Amino acid sequence: MTTITEAPAVALDATARELTYVKAFNEGLAQAMREDENVFVAGEDVAGYGGVFRMFDNLLDEFGPRRMIDTPISEAALVGLGVGAAARGLRPVVDLMFMDFIGVCLDQIVNQAAKMKYMFGGALSVPLTITTASGAGLGAAAQHSQSLEAWLAHVPGLKVVMPCDAYTAKGLTVSAIRDDNPVVVMLNKVLLGSKSQVPEPIYGIPLGQAHTARQGSDVTVIALGRMVGEALSAADELAAEGVEIEVIDPRTVQPLDTETMIASVRRTNRVLVVHEAVTFGGLGGEIAAQIQDAAFDYLDAPVLRIGAPFSPVPFSPVLEKAYVPDGARIAQGCRRLLERS
Amino acid sequence: MAQRASSTSSTSRSSRPQKKSADPAAAQASAQVVRDLHERMVRIRLFETEAGKLMEAGKLPGFLHLYVGQEAVAAGVMAALRDDDQITSTHRGHGHAVAKGVSFRHMYAELYGRVTGACLGRGGSMHINDLSLGMLGANGIVGAGIPIAVGAAFAAHYKGEDSVAVSFFGDGATNIGTFHEAANMAAVLRLPVLFICENNGYAEFTPQSKHMLITDVADRAAAYGMPSVIVDGMDAAAVHQAATEAVARARAGEGPMMIEAKTYRFYDHQGVKGLRHPYRSDEEVAEWKTRDPIDLLEARALSDGTATRAELDDTWQRTRDDIADAIAYAEASPLPDTADLLLNVYSG
Repeated sequence: MTTITEAPAVALDATARELTYVKAFNEGLAQAMREDENVFVAGEDVAGYGGVFRMFDNLLDEFGPRRMIDTPISEAALVGLGVGAAARGLRPVVDLMFMDFIGVCLDQIVNQAAKMKYMFGGALSVPLTITTASGAGLGAAAQHSQSLEAWLAHVPGLKVVMPCDAYTAKGLTVSAIRDDNPVVVMLNKVLLGSKSQVPEPIYGIPLGQAHTARQGSDVTVIALGRMVGEALSAADELAAEGVEIEVIDPRTVQPLDTETMIASVRRTNRVLVVHEAVTFGGLGGEIAAQIQDAAFDYLDAPVLRIGAPFSPVPFSPVLEKAYVPDGARIAQGCRRLLERS
Repeated sequence: MAQRASSTSSTSRSSRPQKKSADPAAAQASAQVVRDLHERMVRIRLFETEAGKLMEAGKLPGFLHLYVGQEAVAAGVMAALRDDDQITSTHRGHGHAVAKGVSFRHMYAELYGRVTGACLGRGGSMHINDLSLGMLGANGIVGAGIPIAVGAAFAAHYKGEDSVAVSFFGDGATNIGTFHEAANMAAVLRLPVLFICENNGYAEFTPQSKHMLITDVADRAAAYGMPSVIVDGMDAAAVHQAATEAVARARAGEGPMMIEAKTYRFYDHQGVKGLRHPYRSDEEVAEWKTRDPIDLLEARALSDGTATRAELDDTWQRTRDDIADAIAYAEASPLPDTADLLLNVYSG
């Protein structure tokens, strides 16, 4: 189990204003670049074009071509460039555009970045940040829509964060860049335009610390990334029925704050885990196993997992909508858990 | 012979940028350089032959990909580098580590899996590194070190330093995507990288003629707008001269370059002697051994008068003493503590 140290909460202050997810990411990245001269960004179309999702808008103007580098479409060399630069003391941010492209550079992430410190006997750190856009919902089909956090969370040496809103998009990105380990920042494509309150000054959100997005006493819902918002909408639906669910956003899936989850389950006695990734082999299985190991006697029902069916992400919007879990399915799952006495 | 052992002329080629052919006759090095090259090669040779014996005696866990036969390449390139120049290596990385100056003690202790090793016993043969000497690690994945060298060169460029990065790889690695991606990226970003292909004629057990249809790997550099040169990889002075020129060019901001060194591996892909599948003939091995890189250098040094037999013998003897010391150190070193299994998985 990961040991979590209490970090100061970042309060929404007078500087907070409504910002989109992608602008919050952009602001956090720009502030991290101002904070540390060793931070640079490399990737396909990140500089001149500002990123296909506008993640890097205006950064070329401020930081120039030395720190904003357009690269060929060569993800393996791109991540390798990041690994080598990180090994030499820089703090690279490399962008993979769509998470699905990770397959072509997985060796550099899994066998090089993640293991280098360990294999080298601790001789160096690899402070590499990999940003990428994940998730379904844009009709982008099977090769541009996946949520592959379970692949990465399985690899010792990597950290993986999944921002669920603009506030976490900024804070987790800043923490990823400040962290001395390779961190994958999984932005969610559907959320890019979503808005929430974001403080203006630079702030980090501790990696490996879950956040209780809503308190409740009847069911614990552990939701990853975009599913946090879906769980909150399920909470509204269930509240009208007199059911109060607790929504936990792990924020970081590696390291995973199981302590917060287990403490919640001991109070609610029922738990549902929901993620956008396919259920089979997803993080829901790992979370369920850890909960039954630590809180078996507190459970009034088996841990329920909700995820995508075991198929590639479909294209046609009607199929895609049926494929991705939503608030209605989460609410239905909670009702099923509550039917068991 | 499976391939030509010496540099061949390619000056008639019309591909641009022009591929040059180094002239071995012009590779006249000073006496000091000759002794430096000799010492680096002897240190590699004895390190490897002793490691092979230890493996055959059952003293070392894991795999050993020995560098014997290819010493002129590591020695020639490393003699052209500074300590702050960075290298990335391969699964056959001992030669690069030794030539870059990594200590015998740290290397043998690592091969023995001891906590005093270069990786604290966590990495073994294929992850030996020494950041203080710019040795960014051997690598167990073919081709994976190549883009990492590009990143190291990027860091030097970014910080305004004039160090260069060198990636070593074999002929087989030039069939993997990272080679092509990294070569193109280094060229496009005009980074100070040397791509050193040690063409030993075999990708593991597959001869070059069966894994690519070209004779000279150096031809591939032209595809990325990068100059290249072919050198006799058994001639340390020729390698050194080519590397010196390429390093100077990279330091001056003129971008990456590729050197193809035609060489040969005297031992097997893994271990000392293959037990099955005679993928190459004894005659072929014997013929290449007539061009042993250390014998060639010693013969030239003696005829040139750049070294005496006594000086050369002294190098061998000092190295044997260093090896004996390092093996004794490794064998006396403690094993890692199993309570420390999670050490260094993460920073902080």
